[in-house]
Amino acid sequence: MKNIRNFCIIAHIDHGKSTLADRLLEYTKTISARDAQAQLLDNMDLERERGITIKSHAIQMEYKVAGENYIFNLIDTPGHVDFSYEVSRSIAACEGALLIVDASQGIQAQTISNLYLALEHDLHIIPILNKMDLPGAMPEEVKDQIVDLIGCDRDEIIPASGKTGLGVDKIIEAIVERIPAPVGEPDGPLQALIFDSVFNSFRGIIAYFKVLNGEIRKNDKVKFVATGKEYIADEVGTLKLNQEPKSVIKTGDVGYIISGIKEAREVKVGDTITKVDNPGEAIIGFEEVKPMVFAGIYPVDTEDFEELREAMHKLQLNDASIVFEPESSAALGFGFRCGFLGMLHMEIIQERLEREFGMTVITTVPNVSYKAYMTKGKEEIIVNNPSDLPDPSKLDLIEEPYIKANIITKADFVGPVLSLCIQKRGTIVNQSYLTSDRVELVFEMPMGEIVFDFYDKLKTISKGYASFDYHQIGYRQSDLVRMDIRLNGDPVDALSSLIHRSNAYNFGKKICEKLKELLPRQQFEIAIQASIGAKVIARETVKAMRKDVTAKCYGGDISRKRKLLEKQKEGKKRMRQVGSVEIPQSAFMAVLKLD
Amino acid sequence: MAGIYIHIPFCKKACYYCDFHFSTNWKVKDELIDSLEKELELQKSYLNGETIETIYFGGGTPSVLKGEEINRLLDKINKLHHVTKDAEITLEANPDDLDAVKIKEIRQTAINRFSIGIQSFFDEDLQWMNRAHNAGEAKSSIMRAQDAGFENITCDLIYGYPLLTNKKWKENIQTLIDLEIPHISSYSMTVEPQTALATFIRKKQQPAMNEEQSAEQFLMLMAELEKNGFLHYEISNFGKEGWLSKHNSNYWFGKKYLGIGPSAHSFNGESRQWNIANNYKYIDTLANGKVPFEQELLSPIQRLNEYVMTSLRTMWGLDLEKVKNNFGEEYSEELLHTATQFIEKQWVKHEEQKLFLSDTGKLYADHIASELFIG
Ligand SMILES: Nc1nc2c(ncn2[C@@H]2O[C@H](COP(=O)(O)OP(=O)(O)OP(=O)(O)O)[C@@H](O)[C@H]2O)c(=O)[nH]1
Ligand code: SF4
Ligand SMILES: [Mg+2]
Repeated sequence: MKNIRNFCIIAHIDHGKSTLADRLLEYTKTISARDAQAQLLDNMDLERERGITIKSHAIQMEYKVAGENYIFNLIDTPGHVDFSYEVSRSIAACEGALLIVDASQGIQAQTISNLYLALEHDLHIIPILNKMDLPGAMPEEVKDQIVDLIGCDRDEIIPASGKTGLGVDKIIEAIVERIPAPVGEPDGPLQALIFDSVFNSFRGIIAYFKVLNGEIRKNDKVKFVATGKEYIADEVGTLKLNQEPKSVIKTGDVGYIISGIKEAREVKVGDTITKVDNPGEAIIGFEEVKPMVFAGIYPVDTEDFEELREAMHKLQLNDASIVFEPESSAALGFGFRCGFLGMLHMEIIQERLEREFGMTVITTVPNVSYKAYMTKGKEEIIVNNPSDLPDPSKLDLIEEPYIKANIITKADFVGPVLSLCIQKRGTIVNQSYLTSDRVELVFEMPMGEIVFDFYDKLKTISKGYASFDYHQIGYRQSDLVRMDIRLNGDPVDALSSLIHRSNAYNFGKKICEKLKELLPRQQFEIAIQASIGAKVIARETVKAMRKDVTAKCYGGDISRKRKLLEKQKEGKKRMRQVGSVEIPQSAFMAVLKLD
Repeated sequence: MAGIYIHIPFCKKACYYCDFHFSTNWKVKDELIDSLEKELELQKSYLNGETIETIYFGGGTPSVLKGEEINRLLDKINKLHHVTKDAEITLEANPDDLDAVKIKEIRQTAINRFSIGIQSFFDEDLQWMNRAHNAGEAKSSIMRAQDAGFENITCDLIYGYPLLTNKKWKENIQTLIDLEIPHISSYSMTVEPQTALATFIRKKQQPAMNEEQSAEQFLMLMAELEKNGFLHYEISNFGKEGWLSKHNSNYWFGKKYLGIGPSAHSFNGESRQWNIANNYKYIDTLANGKVPFEQELLSPIQRLNEYVMTSLRTMWGLDLEKVKNNFGEEYSEELLHTATQFIEKQWVKHEEQKLFLSDTGKLYADHIASELFIG
């Protein structure tokens, strides 16, 4: 055990975690030059294409230092806030963390939030000043920031570059010297922490774990504490570039288990593996991942509903954090109400449906999860869908989730950031200068306000110099209303939204204007209305089509014109009808992108 | 029986609304005419020896050709093809070209039909369009052509643009009626992408076209011309009995045609092809003994849809019997079935196994055709 080092790499998005992991893997000859490719651990297509880490990735390295053989278990973590629960579980599996800071960017919001997560678990922090090769690197300034933040000695900070390999030897040295070896009871009852799981189409679900106490052997009868399910450990092993089966994984080490598990839902990140015979206790800190953002997902072609169900199930096999249940819409037919970890997660799911399953979907207006309390009996109702909102006359009150948002920006942008957050119903709770030029602002604000365009707006007003992180801080009372959209009097359920009353007028006006742009003229006039209950708060009109005939149709026009009309017909097939009005898909999607 | 179209890709100036292929650079005019002759030779067997019934010089502005240049091309056609004696041979002309000398020159060729790009008899409208002629030339060119003995004349008029009041529109129509022109082609102003007009509108320097106005002026046009004995034989074409355009009608009857010149389209019953729309590349490729074209094979369904689209626009209507015989009964039945909604609305008339558009139906020809499309 004394020669095992378990550590994770944490940082703000894009500060170079995955790239530095590549260098470590090369340096320790875990991968050969032949296997090498940039951000090797980001093995999903989507991760490679977007250049971001979506899932945690674990890998084991062996390395000899001063005649001693060491085992390094490295976990690369995602930087994005949507995946912070995953980061917290990876952290719980380690004794140390490489805290990476981009030398050209300095400390950012997720640097701080991930650092605090690591400190909560008493991890030893190795600060690394990365991207030293960049001409814009500001080593001295950023070192000041790091010293201020974690209170370390200046010379503890290792200058490095994932690009040139600078500092990799020092990092390896520091891992051996500074990160403590795991501690635990080799003879105690088994307690292994699940920090990740992956789906393999041949082997089923593979769970990654770290053994805190005891040991796990092939063919052991094991039990997953939170789910209460029991399995036989068909195979255990360590995580090299490929999985390496072993007969036993001992205290302090990281490994994987294959036990014929078919559903990702059975493997909960944060759960404890123990033995059926001599069970250990659950490791504290386990939480069910809670989806934060909900939206309807519908097949573009109503006939593809079963296919969509199939695809959602398969996705859930390797992403246990999505939840979904069937719902139906008068406008869109059958689909699912899905819960996501955040907007990035929602985007990723949509993209994976498209590329891995060829399913193009319509996504409805997203909302967060509200709590409604009825007058009678104080009954509590969870509202994840506009149609779940009870009749206002029967409601006592509604609560909405609040977050604490940390924003780090340049002093110049404090004004605009403040007014944006206040416009988003936020209240400032703290403001502190990290350096003379960099400010950390802490707000409490409704989570519903960051769902739409908060992040884009923040980036724009700060010219890109603002980073943002948040966590939920509970529910607060809210003046929530459901806004409906009607076309010629008929409500279009898929366009309803849950929204704070103070935003309703503005939002309703924008949606009506956008719809006016997107609804093709039809043979009759179309009245577009946004309403709260019976009260119309915005309206627009699409005039009736008066003429639809091409002027010229001669020898050179026929072919082009036929194609045009064919396309028109094709587009019409994909339209959805509400009452007598035909709605193109673009109209359902466009409300997601109002400016 | 088949037709030949020859594209003359030169204009004096660019009309703001125009997206035809043309150039205002005339440097290569001579070379281009040589290339047209070459293409005629290379494409000699495209029509499989069918007799030529119509020849049409379109553009661009074919009236920039001299009489001898027209003759050279017609001689070449006569050498390569059998052309009927009474063939309809049309020349598109712009009023500013039709001075006494030019008309005399053309009179001495085999051209027997003029298509004159009048567009309007109002100076401010012509300027707004950036046409090369003025109102005076519009009228005098017609009279000069008539004086020279040309009877078979068609004129183009445009409607549905902001400047054209209903009063002016009525006057434009009346002027042609008074001049006893036997054929009129009239088009609603269409904003084609990548034209100056489209840019003006996008930059809000010009108002967009108004659908209501266009519909109203189309109805006016139909009423006026019908009153004066014109047959409305295609959406945009009106002619007195005996003066309908044979060449254009053949497009709608699905007859074969050979298109010569840059951007010209050809059709041989099974496939369509179109030449490159670039004068230099056209000349260069022909200099190497090749015709620069792209081609598309039509599936039976595509041919049927083209028939639906073009025939519905004509007074001869969509012949369900013909669809049944040429494509199959399931299609004629499907067409009739889809048409029912429009028959009920009186947009479509169903008579003697044919479908025709009513006057209101003509306003929605594209919508109806697209709904009727098979597939
Ligand atoms: N110049 C320079 N670029 C680097 C260095 N390290 C990483 N990069 C670049 O920075 C970008 C982000 O690198 P990643 O390794 O994907 O960053 P990450 O922290 O894993 O990102 P997430 O997982 O999405 O949070 C990529 O374009 C890398 O090529 C470095 O040391 N120098
Ligand atoms: S004269 Fe005819 S072809 Fe030439 S620019 Fe004007 S409209 Fe176009
Ligand atoms: Mg990464």
